Amino acid sequence: MTQSNRIPGGQIDRSRSLSFTFDGVTYQGHPGDTLASALLANGQRLMGRSFKYHRPRGPISAGSEEPNALVELRGGARREPNTRATVVELFDGLSAESQNRWPSLKFDAMAVNDRLSNFFTAGFYYKTFMWPKAFWEKLYEPIIRRAAGLGSLSREEDPDQYDKGFLHCDLLIIGAGPAGLMAALTAGRAGARVILADEDFRMGGRLNAETHEVGGLTGADWAAQAVAELRSMANVRMMPRTTIIGAMDHGIYAAVERVSDHLPVPLPGKPRQILWRIYSRRAILAGGATERPIAFENNDRPGILLAGSLRAYANRWGVAVGRRVAVFTNNDDGLRTASDLKAKGMEVRVIDARKGEEVVDTAGRLGLSSVTIRSGGRTETFACEALAVSGGWNPNVNIASHHRGRPVWNDTIAAFVPGQGDIPGLEAAGAAAGRFSTRAALETGAAAAEGALADLGRSAPARDLPTAEDGPYAITPKWYVGGGKGRAWIDQQNDVTLKDVKLAHQENYTSVEHLKRYTTLGMATDQGKTGNVLGLAVMASLTGKSIPQTGTTVYRPPYTPVAMGTLAGRSRGQEFKPKRLTPSHKWASEQGAVFVEVGQWLRAQWLPRAGETQWRESVDREVLATRKSVGICDVTTLGKIDIQGTDAGAFLDKVYANTFSTLAVGKCRYGDAARGWHRL
Amino acid sequence: MIINHPILGPRDSQEFVYLGDAALIDRPDGLAEGALDTFHDYLYLRDNPAGLHRELWYHEQGDRSWLVVTRNTLTHEITQVELARDVARARGRSK
Repeated sequence: MTQSNRIPGGQIDRSRSLSFTFDGVTYQGHPGDTLASALLANGQRLMGRSFKYHRPRGPISAGSEEPNALVELRGGARREPNTRATVVELFDGLSAESQNRWPSLKFDAMAVNDRLSNFFTAGFYYKTFMWPKAFWEKLYEPIIRRAAGLGSLSREEDPDQYDKGFLHCDLLIIGAGPAGLMAALTAGRAGARVILADEDFRMGGRLNAETHEVGGLTGADWAAQAVAELRSMANVRMMPRTTIIGAMDHGIYAAVERVSDHLPVPLPGKPRQILWRIYSRRAILAGGATERPIAFENNDRPGILLAGSLRAYANRWGVAVGRRVAVFTNNDDGLRTASDLKAKGMEVRVIDARKGEEVVDTAGRLGLSSVTIRSGGRTETFACEALAVSGGWNPNVNIASHHRGRPVWNDTIAAFVPGQGDIPGLEAAGAAAGRFSTRAALETGAAAAEGALADLGRSAPARDLPTAEDGPYAITPKWYVGGGKGRAWIDQQNDVTLKDVKLAHQENYTSVEHLKRYTTLGMATDQGKTGNVLGLAVMASLTGKSIPQTGTTVYRPPYTPVAMGTLAGRSRGQEFKPKRLTPSHKWASEQGAVFVEVGQWLRAQWLPRAGETQWRESVDREVLATRKSVGICDVTTLGKIDIQGTDAGAFLDKVYANTFSTLAVGKCRYGDAARGWHRL
Repeated sequence: MIINHPILGPRDSQEFVYLGDAALIDRPDGLAEGALDTFHDYLYLRDNPAGLHRELWYHEQGDRSWLVVTRNTLTHEITQVELARDVARARGRSK
């Protein structure tokens, strides 16, 4: 296969080629690619089937917010289901399989669900499979689970090791985009102990995906320069491939570092991932923003991407998802996608919702082939392979709401921003704080670091901000395109549509929390990073209330899914539950003893002799032998307290409910004891 | 969570074992009149406040001291940490 959609530019190393397979077909990519960018470069837009309707799906994003492009990565015992192709770093020999399809990705028999979609609305299962009650657990649920699903586990023991570690710092910076890098430079130059963590393998955030200049360099070059300076500082720890998954109490943050996921197998002696517990005195949330879609009919076809992500594929990875592209936007940032793609020689059609234009439908069974545009009462069809959608950007408030803090609605950007002081010691900066221009990101990053330095009693260096674009972000909210009969997706991972939200509203689910649970909006593994605010906005427009009146979205840890092995660390097998052996164990096992687990201990239960066919024969023989002669019992497995002295018996009478002072020498007795708050 | 131990400084809560309401320090006299009722209340009745709570923590993986920690159960903010010994002494108990 050729990389037919590869275009010049980007931060990939074209001098080397990497070979990988998807569903058994071999493709080529380059170092710097993700699995998704490499597949798109090879013209493969279709990457998965949806959860409920088995709709053909491709990636809509270029990051960890991805709801669609979930694959089973690697084979054998290392197989990992539900891996987002958009964050998988390509390596030579990588193999991935699509999931939730049978017999193949292109022809999926379960796609019949899509035709029956009128039945599968919100609450379908609760309404349909109500009785007989016993059938739910035994019959209905297993069948439903098999039909609607994600990937499958290998069912083999994980061959890799996982570690846990502890780190301390003055300032933890979450995210290494312009705000995070500027904060790290400011605090690092002041001599503070800094940790800079970013989930990407290449630090720089959006600077790597944009064409505008910073300090006279390309954004990516400025980022690389900043990273090089930070790496040279002994007081700064750079942690790429590290996701801050949760804000705990008192400045403690949990982080997952993917040490070896970009390699075929971990290097000898190296863990696959490390779960870090980071103790920080101050923290800056510079986690950027996530773009949100606009809901219109059939907005889930492969080839329909968020505008910023489509731009990122072109600028960072040198990938054209299509040569003819439509851009549907309600804000200025979407126009940036249009101009960047035009500059790369693509044919672009802009549909600006602010001018009353809208996309009303799309076509293309396994991938987008055209969009239907309505503008000034006229409807026309535009043939294209890619559609960029921008409904605006949501600051990544996730971490800031981990202490139950409620994000605050900001009308200017039509999005939620972190509330002040939601997490003590944490300050948001850049796009995470709703400041979207590069200049504002650099400025707020520096200001947040200066604030942290002042709190820590350090003086900040003189502010040295590079020049950067400070363009406007004019948005007029446009959440969905109404009027059609078809389905418009809000939460693509859980297959929640506009209709489902409307149905929930009709059935009087007025609280957002109820809406969420009834429709499963935002309850998939992506926690609704792209769909939640859209769902909320639809609910608000149905009830006639404002969005902040309708409610907020609150996120919980972990920020992105975490492997169970990472949480377990070394505590597995023997290290989780050690086997404890008594002094008589060797002798007993030589006698062929049958052992029983008593807590962590192995205790001999009986010792069968030749000819004895069942346990009662052995036990009866042992009981009789003990009665007639003597028996030995190894009670190493019990705890022991040695009490000595003439009043030992009287003392035990006070401890136990039954009498011990009458116990003859050489005898034993069970005792009943209770702590203060337990009754016998 | 981090508990600022009065002797050892800030320590991770993982080093501690949590016992519960610091009112457990005030064990009633088992020989007094009406001891059954007071013991019943002492053993079984607990307040579960949303807000400031004084509670006992045992530094099992450290110096094995008992602490009285004043913690906001809503925010986990810790406003005061005392040695349980000092709390008992201040009430005229022990030496």
